[in-house]
Amino acid sequence: MTRTNGKISRLATLAVAVGLSAAAGYVAAQAQTTDAEKEIERYREMISDPMSNPGFLAVDRGERLWSEKRGKNNVSLETCDLGEGPGKLEGAYAKLPRYFKDADKVMEIEQRLLWCMEKIQALDTADVIKRRFASPGVDSDMEDLVAFIANKSSGRRIEPQSSHPKEAELTAIGEALFYRRAGVMDFSCATCHAEPGKRIRLQGLPDFSKPGKQAQETMGSWPTYRVSQSALRTMQHRMWDCMRQQRWPNPDYASDGITALVMFLNKQAAGGEITVPSIKR
Amino acid sequence: MNKTIFIAAAFALSATTAMAQNAPAADPAKVDAIIKDMFAKVSPEWQARTNLDETQRVCTDSRNQPNAQQAEAIQKRELATVVQPADGKFLGDWKKGFQVANTGTGGQFSDRPGGPIGANCFACHQMDPKELSYGTLGPSLAGYGKDRNYDPQVIKDTWTKVYNAQAVFACSNMPRFGSMKFLTEAQLKDVMAYLFDKESPVNK
Repeated sequence: MTRTNGKISRLATLAVAVGLSAAAGYVAAQAQTTDAEKEIERYREMISDPMSNPGFLAVDRGERLWSEKRGKNNVSLETCDLGEGPGKLEGAYAKLPRYFKDADKVMEIEQRLLWCMEKIQALDTADVIKRRFASPGVDSDMEDLVAFIANKSSGRRIEPQSSHPKEAELTAIGEALFYRRAGVMDFSCATCHAEPGKRIRLQGLPDFSKPGKQAQETMGSWPTYRVSQSALRTMQHRMWDCMRQQRWPNPDYASDGITALVMFLNKQAAGGEITVPSIKR
Repeated sequence: MNKTIFIAAAFALSATTAMAQNAPAADPAKVDAIIKDMFAKVSPEWQARTNLDETQRVCTDSRNQPNAQQAEAIQKRELATVVQPADGKFLGDWKKGFQVANTGTGGQFSDRPGGPIGANCFACHQMDPKELSYGTLGPSLAGYGKDRNYDPQVIKDTWTKVYNAQAVFACSNMPRFGSMKFLTEAQLKDVMAYLFDKESPVNK
């Protein structure tokens, strides 16, 4: 079978027939769907109350970690430069990932924090990396630090960086990764995130193929407290979880591929307001 | 042939239309290097899954919009991988088929070895009209067999579609369940029964 012109009209006729036969069932299904969506919306509102968001406990733990003396050098992270100058946290997260001259590399927040731990504190990061994702009874320094630092950009707008050639280059690589189909299920990020208004089961899927509101609301609400996981999660975890479901291999934590994807997603989310930590399902 | 086109039209309606944006294209060698680095610590078997086959390459580069010639080549190549059921029977047990359709594990790095493998059909499709928790990435399959009068030719064509969606529609978003050896022949038959058995809730 081919997509020749001669077959187009037949396809169209058949498509109409399919549409008509589906119409009757659609009306009944639509009423059910609307009820279900209302329920989900109600649940979302219920869990979005900031006063009861446990993500702020991670912010507090992160604040303590930021000023705690650690590593062979027994110093805190307070001189770490996240792009806005040593120790300057206000608005820093809104401009990450970005190019860092001292490392000659584009880094997202967790790559940069690891760099500061190693260079400033001379901290052996093996244990920190082992605890990169919190689990029951085990806190994650990285998740807590990101919660604290990102919170210092709450109310700001996402400012994707592209002035340095390496920033523009990594953003383009991120876009290529977004559309790359691979693995046993042929999935790319775009399989689920390139059309508006789609769902997996009942979970709404943000469309990242176009710049705008959906990308802004998504990227502006990470890090987030995941109720289903009882933990604050960062973009590193979100990307790891997406690749897991995509049937791709386990991505290396804080690898450049994840940074590339975040660069592309932030480009689509440019101007979105950051309100973090948020709270999600 | 008509029936194949019929099915293809239904899927074509909901096909993704991801359009390329105006941005400088990434250097393919650098993309590959990033991928290699990203998965440097996983086993060679897992690393192999990041290599694109010819079909994945065309669908990636064209963002699921292959030209007519590419589409024809994909469908021809993928159709050649479709294996008909050994005993000639397309329909298994619809109750087991529900389990296959309702199971979302398999193929994930987090899965326990030897754990259940399913097609996770509900993630993308409506099937049993009474089930409210269904996805919308694919078209609704509610009443699928009934609406097609359980036509033997449609059953045969649907086998092809489920076995390898790209044999019917190039760069379809749907996985190539049979050709990728993701589902067994028995599982494919059970899912088929879930779609075509008169007793299946899909047709109630």
